[in-house]
Amino acid sequence: MEWETVIGLEIHAQLATRSKIFSGSDTAYGAEPNSQANLVDLGYPGVLPVLNGEAVRMAVRFGLAIGARIAPHSVFARKNYFYPDLPKGYQISQYELPVVARGFLDIVLDDGTRKRIGITRAHLEEDAGKSLHEGMLGMSGIDLNRAGTPLIEIVSEPDLRSAKEAVAYMKKVHTLVRYLDICDGNMQEGSFRCDANVSVRCKGSEKFGTRAEIKNLNSFRFVEKAINYEVERQIKLLESGRRVVQETRLYDSDKGETRSMRSKEEANDYRYFPDPDLLPLVIDESLIAKVKESLPELPDEKAARFVRNYDLSEYDAGVLTASREIGAFYEDVVRGVGRDPKLCANWVMGDLAAFLNKDNLEIGESKVNADALAGLVTRIVDATISGKIAKDVFEAMWASGESADAIIEEKGLRQITDTGAIEKAIEEVMAKNPGQLADYRSGKGKLFGFFVGQVMRATGSKANPAQLNDLLRKKLSG
Amino acid sequence: MSAPAPTVAALAQGLATGKFSSVELTRAYLKRIAAAQPSLNSFITVTGESALKTAAEADAARAAGRAGRLTGVPIAHKDIFCTEGVLTTCGSKMLGNFVSPYDATVVSGLRAAGTVMLGKLNMDEFAMGSSNETSYFGPVHNPWDLQMVPGGSSGGSAASVAARIVPAATATDTGGSIRQPAALCGVTGIKPTYGRCSRYGMIAFASSLDQAGLIAVSAEDAALLLGPMSGFDPFDSTSVDSPVPDYTATLGDSIEGLTIGLVREFFDEGLDANSEQHIRNAIAVYEKLGATVREVSCPNLPLSVPTYYVVAPAECSSNLARFDGVRFGHRCNSPKNLLDLYCSSRGEGFGDEVKRRIMTGTYVLSAGYYDAYYLKAQRVRQLISADFAHAFKECDLLVGPTTPAPAFRIGAKCDDPITMYLNDIYTIGANLAGLPGMSVPCGFVDGLPIGLQIVGPHFSEACMLNVAHRYQQETDWHLKTPPAFA
Repeated sequence: MEWETVIGLEIHAQLATRSKIFSGSDTAYGAEPNSQANLVDLGYPGVLPVLNGEAVRMAVRFGLAIGARIAPHSVFARKNYFYPDLPKGYQISQYELPVVARGFLDIVLDDGTRKRIGITRAHLEEDAGKSLHEGMLGMSGIDLNRAGTPLIEIVSEPDLRSAKEAVAYMKKVHTLVRYLDICDGNMQEGSFRCDANVSVRCKGSEKFGTRAEIKNLNSFRFVEKAINYEVERQIKLLESGRRVVQETRLYDSDKGETRSMRSKEEANDYRYFPDPDLLPLVIDESLIAKVKESLPELPDEKAARFVRNYDLSEYDAGVLTASREIGAFYEDVVRGVGRDPKLCANWVMGDLAAFLNKDNLEIGESKVNADALAGLVTRIVDATISGKIAKDVFEAMWASGESADAIIEEKGLRQITDTGAIEKAIEEVMAKNPGQLADYRSGKGKLFGFFVGQVMRATGSKANPAQLNDLLRKKLSG
Repeated sequence: MSAPAPTVAALAQGLATGKFSSVELTRAYLKRIAAAQPSLNSFITVTGESALKTAAEADAARAAGRAGRLTGVPIAHKDIFCTEGVLTTCGSKMLGNFVSPYDATVVSGLRAAGTVMLGKLNMDEFAMGSSNETSYFGPVHNPWDLQMVPGGSSGGSAASVAARIVPAATATDTGGSIRQPAALCGVTGIKPTYGRCSRYGMIAFASSLDQAGLIAVSAEDAALLLGPMSGFDPFDSTSVDSPVPDYTATLGDSIEGLTIGLVREFFDEGLDANSEQHIRNAIAVYEKLGATVREVSCPNLPLSVPTYYVVAPAECSSNLARFDGVRFGHRCNSPKNLLDLYCSSRGEGFGDEVKRRIMTGTYVLSAGYYDAYYLKAQRVRQLISADFAHAFKECDLLVGPTTPAPAFRIGAKCDDPITMYLNDIYTIGANLAGLPGMSVPCGFVDGLPIGLQIVGPHFSEACMLNVAHRYQQETDWHLKTPPAFA
């Protein structure tokens, strides 16, 4: 029997507002426990929520970016359950009428084809606090700094068919929310996390299998591993004649497995109802128009433009638009060089990316800025140095912070383009290697490489490669 | 100074003319409170020391020429309003130890107007009750007959004003909790339009129905005090951003040509015949003053009690979830685990009526029952609102009885919640529709006061207060004081 995996993701992205969604408390991460929880966050008697308009604008930004419908009228509801890190005994969320509905994002599959992933809805809600169990002398501590932080929950259609697709989709959302400046995307701090609904069914079947929900996955790697584990577990169950039970599961990243948290029967009845403390959220056309105007160029638009204007492959365009910063860096390099955008792309995606990765730096922290890199690429394009020498120059630039020209000058790396000088070097090499010369002339064409290497060594790798090839071929053939 | 002057208006006058100081006045009221407390039990906390301090500040402000109309006038707050640094119990063991770290907006508004807080008034637990018998701090007694209930949930406010131990008091009304006790104690009560006063710092019972208001001796007093506690509050999204008029400015205006509607459904078989006679007499006074009286119908109004007892418990079941023993309020001793912490803290902290309503509310919101109860109740609520809207096309105000009968004996209805709930049958409609309502003393039945209810369209407080004031210029029911507290 062939199985098909069906996955839907619920992504929680913390909105990058300065204050909380229903109170004026600061949202900055990492403060002293409970130092950013005011009476509203603590759910004191008599306090009331007041909606943060910036959170609404951010939700609208997201909605417009995924081609969704922005609800002119949406409603905040209370999700009721007891937990110590939920101060009011209910979470304010949106239930029947979310602010964003019916959007989509396209992902690129391994074979290069595009696949459209439906987004059922995205709604605003408040985050809960944190329960701390370690170092509490057998008790539990409650930190309510996070309580009331605005979240947008992005619910996909069950359109994903593999862990890889799920990760591609999650990355796409991750890129988008950062493009839109609505979420910092920091997964370690929990700013971006997801729950995965996973089921399997016989290939070709119309009906969905019974699903399990894996909670709180906070890295792309965990999403992939957890889903793969879960799919395998479900297939094993079904193939041995057993059934999958609907339940909530947790992923244990140490053991690399998912395990049951609670069954459907144990699930809370959340008793959702409209929150009477908040008026229905009304979003008018003028707000939508204003937000639309302020939208940046979106990743897909930018990638398409890169393909069109810079003649890049879709793959390269995808890499160079993975964040707004990379895209901007790349375009600054292209602007600085003024031609050969493909070569610029290779440098940004190649050496620059490798060095950033090695030093664990973000592109904004790069030790070689876009202007400096443009200076280097310009010297390749104008044949001052070869691509090979350029790699050494780049390394020196990274280490010293000096410009390409300064290093080329200092180290005397200027390429030799003087025909006479190259010819002289060739003649010397030929004179030193009479045996090889004879072999070459008697038909061992492979030895051409040997002579290139020798001349390069003789010129300290500074000979212009194209010129060298031409001259060498002429000289060798006598 | 022996017996305090009877109204806020008179006290303000006395303070303004230097007849007495705020300190003298405050001291006199504190003395009356202390004397009455054993028989009435209308206070939960008396803040004598801070009252005298505030009074001295008021006197100093007056001496410096910085006095407003209400500077130095003593009042008291229902214990549902948070008061900074002062015990705020909401009538519950759950908050028996809760000292609020902040002031409710209503409290700070009245403080800014210069009033002096005498203390915090007894009430039904979490405002759930119609007799003030559900208070953890014991029942309040009706000053007209100590065997009788004062009504509820603002029983402490009504009894205190009736006994003239406070000049006026704040109160709240979710289903009649201002108007019903005002009627049963023979005082004037006003529940403004939903959204007129901020709910911030007013401990929530049913958020879509709760409204702050006042109990006072006269409509004029209510008009004086309502302004400073009204207006838009950025901390309450449901407060309404509409200008607050000077409610005293229109007092005394002619009501000639005003159309008063009698809601047919208010004069049903449940209405006590003697009470009805007094209501009819009051209507005759209005006809004499030049108002036109016509009958109107609100056919869905009889559904208001069942509708209310779905909507209010639903909201309360969620609003009261925060009382979990974790951050404030009552916490049980040595809980075995988290569930035990919740169950024991809540089990010990809440009284029976509160538990009954939490359970009812939890039930009507449960999966599978939500549509049948909560959604249906919301639809009926809209029908009731539409009935009122329709009625206000034909008349300016509605009048009728506030309660079916005068006060009942303490303990008489304790074991029968349904009978108890029916006490609010005439008042709940205004809450469901968010309309302002008043109760004005209009006579006595067997020595116990009864009230005339006035209900107006949204934001018609000024008109309502004037209509009540005109009646009080023609009658003196509101000036009668219980013999034991004269």
